[in-house]
Amino acid sequence: MIVTSSLIIWKALICVTGSESPVVVVLSESMEPGFQRGDILFLHMSKDPIRAGEIVVFNIDGRDIPIVHRVIKVHERKNTGEVDVLTKGDNNPGDDRLLYAKGQVWLHRHHIMGRSVGFLPYVGWVTIIMTEKPIIKYILIGALGLLVISSRD
Amino acid sequence: MHSFGYGANALFTFSVTALAFICAIASLSDNFSNQNPSTEIQILNINRFKKQSYENDEVSLTLDITADLQSLFTWNTKQVFAFVAAEYETPKNSLNQVSLWDAIIPDKEHAKFRIQTSNKYRFIDQGHNLRGKEFNLTLHWHVMPKTGKMFADKIVMPGYSLPDAYK
Repeated sequence: MIVTSSLIIWKALICVTGSESPVVVVLSESMEPGFQRGDILFLHMSKDPIRAGEIVVFNIDGRDIPIVHRVIKVHERKNTGEVDVLTKGDNNPGDDRLLYAKGQVWLHRHHIMGRSVGFLPYVGWVTIIMTEKPIIKYILIGALGLLVISSRD
Repeated sequence: MHSFGYGANALFTFSVTALAFICAIASLSDNFSNQNPSTEIQILNINRFKKQSYENDEVSLTLDITADLQSLFTWNTKQVFAFVAAEYETPKNSLNQVSLWDAIIPDKEHAKFRIQTSNKYRFIDQGHNLRGKEFNLTLHWHVMPKTGKMFADKIVMPGYSLPDAYK
């Protein structure tokens, strides 16, 4: 029951939020105390312009883990609507230029995957544990498999 | 229900559903709270105003910020993130927003405050447009709940301006 309903909710979230990964797990402490490791964030991507104060999820070329930080500077071009964005983790002393790719000074629209609009605490720990200790993942799958086999009715 | 597996599965599904429902209600209750935050910002001093070595204008200033954000806190509030941004237009850019100062307000007691501070983040233009520039100072706040939907709003204060000449 729970597996199929989770799948349905997941697919529905993808449709509703218009984003490919509508949910991310917070992995670092750079946004504490607001977001903590293990929280999950709900994302939404709309065509609205990016504005200071928004918490955005973005990818840096060359890194595979997305980063969730707050926009602190915006410069939007008159003619094209293109935008230069600078971000910073609330709990970090300095802005994110150290994290951007070599020579990159600003983020642009195409780096940004979504805005964080809501969150649930603690729920993401399952994902973190399964990623950092794969043995638990195998045990879980093994146990589920046993359940399926043993409850043939 | 004949097996432990089925029972455990049903219990688990029910608990997760109930928990999700409670979180949704908690978040929904935030929509009904009555909010009236207020603020006042003065520029105490322009400390430095110059052209950077090759391109852009930079200004450093000291601000006096008074704010009362106590009405934003509900039982579902974890913290309020507040920041002051300078917002202005230039020939090339329809909007420039530069955060000058921010703070994490952990509870209602800390939400009424007055501070004097120089800008935390560098106020650098893309170009040399800042002489005599008129700009807004906007206090933004972002309410981060214990669970659920975050919401943000702001108070815009227009009418600030920078000196006509570098100093």
